[in-house]
Amino acid sequence: MSDIAIRTENLGKVYRIGENRGGYKTLRETIGNTFSAPFRHLSRNSQDSNLNPQSGCIWALKDISLGVKHGEVVGIIGRNGAGKTTLLKILSRITEPTEGWAEIRGRVGSLLEVGTGFHPELTGRENIYLNGTILGMRKAEIHRKFGEIVAFAEIDKFIDTPVKRYSSGMYVRLAFAVAAHLEPEILLVDEVLAVGDVAFQKKCLGKMGDVASEGRTVLFVSHNMGAVNRLCERTFWLDHGQLITNGPTGEVISKYLTSESAIAGQKHWPKGMANPGVEELRIFSVRVLNNQGETTSHLSITQPFRIEIHCRIIKPLPCCRIGFLLSTVEGIPVFEAYDADDERYTMRRESGNYVARCELPPQLLNPGRYVVSVNAGMPHIKNLAFLEGALAFTIEDTGAVGSHMDSKRLGVIRPKLKWECEEV
Amino acid sequence: MEQLLDTDEMPVTFIKPTRGWVLPQINDVWAYRELLYFLVWRNLKVRYKQTVLGVLWAIIQPFFLMVIFSIFFGKLAKMPSESIPYPIFAYAALLPWSYFAQSLSACSNSIVGNSNLVMKVYFPRLIIPISSVLSGLVDFAISFSILLAMMLYYQIIPTVTALLLPLLILMAMATSLGAGLWLSALNVQYRDIRYATSFLIQFWFFATPVVYPSSLVPGIWRFFYGLNPMVGVVEGFRGALLNKGQIVGPMFMVSIIVIVFLLITGTFYFGRMEKGFADII
Repeated sequence: MSDIAIRTENLGKVYRIGENRGGYKTLRETIGNTFSAPFRHLSRNSQDSNLNPQSGCIWALKDISLGVKHGEVVGIIGRNGAGKTTLLKILSRITEPTEGWAEIRGRVGSLLEVGTGFHPELTGRENIYLNGTILGMRKAEIHRKFGEIVAFAEIDKFIDTPVKRYSSGMYVRLAFAVAAHLEPEILLVDEVLAVGDVAFQKKCLGKMGDVASEGRTVLFVSHNMGAVNRLCERTFWLDHGQLITNGPTGEVISKYLTSESAIAGQKHWPKGMANPGVEELRIFSVRVLNNQGETTSHLSITQPFRIEIHCRIIKPLPCCRIGFLLSTVEGIPVFEAYDADDERYTMRRESGNYVARCELPPQLLNPGRYVVSVNAGMPHIKNLAFLEGALAFTIEDTGAVGSHMDSKRLGVIRPKLKWECEEV
Repeated sequence: MEQLLDTDEMPVTFIKPTRGWVLPQINDVWAYRELLYFLVWRNLKVRYKQTVLGVLWAIIQPFFLMVIFSIFFGKLAKMPSESIPYPIFAYAALLPWSYFAQSLSACSNSIVGNSNLVMKVYFPRLIIPISSVLSGLVDFAISFSILLAMMLYYQIIPTVTALLLPLLILMAMATSLGAGLWLSALNVQYRDIRYATSFLIQFWFFATPVVYPSSLVPGIWRFFYGLNPMVGVVEGFRGALLNKGQIVGPMFMVSIIVIVFLLITGTFYFGRMEKGFADII
């Protein structure tokens, strides 16, 4: 007997996109198509592109061949739309592959979302049974773990209240509590930790860690690099439906973070398009560079990084500053910074090409996504350029100080501060 | 039911694309019978939540329909009722009919209505339509009690033919499931079905001898009339309880054949479509 739990060969999945994407056809369309089909060949020459059966289709997954051993905890990373969820959906038999095959040894439990099938009218108790069976637990098994589930969710007082009266936090806790007590041999988990408050997330990560250490096979999809790093020995990296690489988690994550979307880490403007109508200054480009000097939009919290603005000053300016406004994707300003902040430079600028570089220290920003808006101008005189949302980058949690304790700390910044703690 | 971490005892799942007409995994339905039970239980629990009259609704609907039919068809239109008092003539037919109509409409909306489950977890999809057909049985049983009371009132004593009732109920279930499988699978792709179903049920109602006896249908049309399986069910139901007419006639046989046909084709069509449910719902 082999010790392989999951094995796939050339697994592929086509989705139709275009007009029918996400929607459904009406009967009229199908009837219309059925009647027009016999006549379609008459106008073949004019409709060549429509006849291509592959047009309007996208390979959400292509040629995926992988193997996972029993007891292995494997991470799956990749950008949105890389095919991670599709892979889990195929392995959990929710949807069928278009080609290839997969073989799974063991009872599979999949968690693509928590609280699947929860009914708002039913009480907590009733929903535990309903949701448990939906996830594949036996009634007797739920019965046995019932107390444990209620305790984990911390909702004992409300167990006989309809869940529609629950706060969203209670709801999520109950949902996760049921899911956390699923004990299949193979567990497929999608990004389900992105819910709930921080304290509960921490508890869930702990529970996931327990599951992992109990010798069960786990396939874990996540955008939380810190969690993947902590839980998984091995990681698959998917991009555009293809398996880019697989190997020890640390290696794969660092490859993913550095090579990932190199182009996305910069923005170029064709001549004068950044700030049309301004004669004094022209912005060419802005980019984000990691510690190795590579352009990237994914940065590690433990590494310093730089933001570079390339511009040309067309005529000498008596006072000018170039810089940026950094804000969170939610639009909360974090700070503004300008080259003229540095005392070494006066604000007088001769004409010529300039590169303004700003180095940002490690352990400053909390993991998350940030937006750079380029700002250049002559203070109190004239604004020369304000390019809102010029580019965005992500700070990845790659094991910041204390990240083994919390899954995510509150706040926009997460500075590493000097502490002294001694017995007095 | 704990499975040990022993490869020899592990279930092996093989996943590959299927093509064409395949039978859904019937034995899987058995393996997931607990889920079936809980889905039926959920449907029942939720049905009359936050209503004042609750389960009484199961009685109110057929009862008042019976009253209305008795006034309009029985009293005003003088509809022949084969020497049975019209109210019980109508109610005995309304029972299987309401069950059928309710199940069919629940069934055809069942997959779309449970899309959150279909997109997020695996289980044999057949369980969803089956659960909606089973859920209707409880309402049926409740409204059946009124029929017993009426039989007492009109002093009608059932004979051995009443033993046919389970078979007739089974036939009503199979008809609604057979047609419901077609409609629920079609509904995933074509939401027109949602509107077509309520229309279909109204149409079907008049093609079924609920308010009139089937003897009204002229001889030449009887064969086509018999193609409607609910004719056999409703007539049979009335006959079996009220000791009227011949139950297992040629028309009844036609009904059974049609039901089996509906059920088999419905299952196959469902099996062909179910693999795409999660993608197109």
